[in-house]
Amino acid sequence: MLDKKTLADLKELVGAENVLTAEEDLACYSYDATPLLSRRPEAVVKPASTSEVAAIIELANRRGFKVVPRGSGTNLSGGTVPVEGGIVMPLTRMDRILEIDAENLTATVEPGVITSQLHAAVESRGLFYPPDPGSMTISTIGGNVAECAGGLRGLKYGVTKDYVMGLEVVLPTGEVINVGGKNVKDVAGYDLTRLMVGSEGTLGVVTKVIVKLIPYPESKRTLLALYRGVGDAGRTVSSIIAQKVIPATLEFLDAVTLRCIEDYVHIGLPLDVGAVLLIEVDGVPPVVEADAAKVERICHEHGALQVQVAANDEEGKKLATARRSALAALARARPTTILEDATVPRSRVAEMVEAVEGIARRYGLTIGTFGHAGDGNLHPTILTDERDSDEMSRVQRAVEEIFRTAISLGGTISGEHGIGVAKAPFLPLQANAAALDTMRRLKQALDPNGILNPGKLFVSPGSL
Amino acid sequence: MAVETTPPPALAENRPQDEEPDVPRYADLLNCMRCGLCLPVCPTYRELGNETDSPRGRVALGRAVAEGKLKLSPNLVDHMYRCLDCQACVTVCPSGVRPADLIKATKVLIDRELPQPFIKKPILAGLLPRPRLLELAMLPLFLYERTGLQALMRKTGLLRHLPFNLGQMEEIAPDLEERPLRQTLPEVVPARGQRRLRVGYFLGCAQNLAFPSAGRDTVEVLAINGCEVVTPRTLKCCGVPQANYGAIHLARDMARNNIQAFESAGVDFIVTDCATCGSFTKEYASLLAGDEEWAERARAFSAKVRDISEFLVEVSYSERLGALRRRVTYHEPCHLVRGQGISAQPRQLLRSIPGIELVEMNESDWCCGGAGTYNLTHPELSRRVLDRKMRNVAATEAEVLVAGCPACQMQLRYGLRRAGLKMSSAFPSQLLAEAYRKAEG
Repeated sequence: MLDKKTLADLKELVGAENVLTAEEDLACYSYDATPLLSRRPEAVVKPASTSEVAAIIELANRRGFKVVPRGSGTNLSGGTVPVEGGIVMPLTRMDRILEIDAENLTATVEPGVITSQLHAAVESRGLFYPPDPGSMTISTIGGNVAECAGGLRGLKYGVTKDYVMGLEVVLPTGEVINVGGKNVKDVAGYDLTRLMVGSEGTLGVVTKVIVKLIPYPESKRTLLALYRGVGDAGRTVSSIIAQKVIPATLEFLDAVTLRCIEDYVHIGLPLDVGAVLLIEVDGVPPVVEADAAKVERICHEHGALQVQVAANDEEGKKLATARRSALAALARARPTTILEDATVPRSRVAEMVEAVEGIARRYGLTIGTFGHAGDGNLHPTILTDERDSDEMSRVQRAVEEIFRTAISLGGTISGEHGIGVAKAPFLPLQANAAALDTMRRLKQALDPNGILNPGKLFVSPGSL
Repeated sequence: MAVETTPPPALAENRPQDEEPDVPRYADLLNCMRCGLCLPVCPTYRELGNETDSPRGRVALGRAVAEGKLKLSPNLVDHMYRCLDCQACVTVCPSGVRPADLIKATKVLIDRELPQPFIKKPILAGLLPRPRLLELAMLPLFLYERTGLQALMRKTGLLRHLPFNLGQMEEIAPDLEERPLRQTLPEVVPARGQRRLRVGYFLGCAQNLAFPSAGRDTVEVLAINGCEVVTPRTLKCCGVPQANYGAIHLARDMARNNIQAFESAGVDFIVTDCATCGSFTKEYASLLAGDEEWAERARAFSAKVRDISEFLVEVSYSERLGALRRRVTYHEPCHLVRGQGISAQPRQLLRSIPGIELVEMNESDWCCGGAGTYNLTHPELSRRVLDRKMRNVAATEAEVLVAGCPACQMQLRYGLRRAGLKMSSAFPSQLLAEAYRKAEG
């Protein structure tokens, strides 16, 4: 519990105006984008520097309160919900782009920098930071690192972990470490950088990030392939990869998703089809030409009803933006939106989407499926109503079956949203006892007092 | 794990609010899936950086109230009233949640459930609906500016010692150019040349009092384009201030009065040069949808309402425009670009004036912070929002800043003075009228 003295000390550390304790503030930091999950923190504390973060963590160890680091609160696994109380610590005040180093192709940023602001800053110099999660207009780099955010360009360009070269981290015991750096090659000691990326705020608080940049692709071409059924679309995906074309983006959208998106964007998406693939190829112009032609042919070979080619970059951008709105647009249909993140090897995408269709039928649920089919990362989204307890119990069973199906196909229960609270019960399906135990021991070694983001990843938080 | 999850079904299934059209419907609050896409477009979130001052946060507060987890505390009321109603969250929300509207609906709940400040009712119910009284109330400001007292106050720095809001009010108050337009504009202005249409002019309060010459230019532009212009004397306030302060029943009274006023005028269109009046009068149809006697009349009324720029482009306008050699930039009033989806028409009008060079500013559709009376009720925050706007305005190096909204005009003129920019400010119809006059020689 936060006693008066601790609260006063926190105010001393970061300034009284950066410690929020009003009921209304606590209510607004009780959630992130995860459905059905909230708990109010005891205070919201907003540091502005690494030393303030370290001082807060150090105080937490002395006084025994929990700390949940937070960016903009867009994560989808409950990662920033303070399920065991304590304070929520937004890092949004640390929002400076410190350096863009064109000679080393790196950018150094504070954790509160908004992803799309980093995009804009580097793109104005002809450089490219590819990770582009759906929430990129508001998500923070710190949050992206903590969750190892993916995005639409993961297939060709990889995800956040592929672009983090170095970090400054405040450890759960309050020490500040600098790991990695601007060196392309660096094997000095354990790769703590990689350990921190995707650790969901449980192993350290990221206070500075050095990211890798690459040259911005010279040209791109966007295609939209329409299908009668989801299976044809899924088989096209596997075939494109097998024929050695790696598009930047290879997105799948089913009919339910398409309808909801079109309701929002009104750009004339096809509504009388069973599924579409949104495909973007990029690179140097001749390669783009050749790849686009090859992709188009493969789509037709797998029963595409039609393949539309975007007239220009503007039109392509519109389609990508429409796709990014998919999740929130699906929320139009029903009050509650349960999004899953099951991922399978790319060759099994068709089986997975067909299995999801079957699960929806068996449990009498509406499931819209969209996602990054090219990297096997699908987002089956259950449209439901949290007030309907009978339906919610069917949702529970459907979710579990989706996970089991993914694992049986050699996949994973989460591609890019993280385990957090929402998927913690299912982690043992994936990681065996020894693997889970290793994870716990890591957590225990770094955070002996269980200060940082407790109750995440592992089912019985008390046992740490 | 002591985590709050979903509310108990009994509570959720039968919310009494769901029967009430004016307060937030629980189902609408639930529809927010908290994706956070509204945060980057919200001016108050961008300035203050607190979730509590974001659309997602305000919807969460509304939901917590509906679920009995929060009371309508003074602090909660403050957060609701900190919304500018710029509607940026409404446009951006893929789930169709309309946070700004839920916030307004929460204000209705506040108005019903809590004792209201004593000054509110006399202003909303007493002063605003009575144009003559309102004009009288503005007389002191008029004299203050005309007697040289203003120059003295500004020069001596005495303003700093006025009570805060009074000082702020002084700073943003427009120069009252002349008598209110209602007192000088004939009720019917004939069309120049052949009459094409009979058009009603919805003369808003702010236009009437603060920008009478701009209003007169609007009427002139209409007349030049073959419109006979009727400005009913019985017209009252459009109802926006009442609705924005939660007094929705008073807003309905205004709507009924104004519908009647234009019915007896027998007009083809109802044109306004106030973005806010336009956007709200277009909503009369939904405002009175539940009123059997008025629903159909309100629908007919709203269907006739047009912003001046929308109207001119729709019915086509004379291009006998003289040249104005000016570099201009265009600010999009919230209630025009999002409230009415009007963005291309004002630009088209400006571009059609020979000699005008239109330079686009960054974030042209970002709120200026004027927001009705927001600059008086939230002076500091309003100024911060304004400063962001003025940085973008200054970067254009334009000579004229154009915006078709009196609240924006007051705020932007204050911003130009504050930033020390040598730039003038105009309504689109002012430039059009000038260009027509120039063509006529």
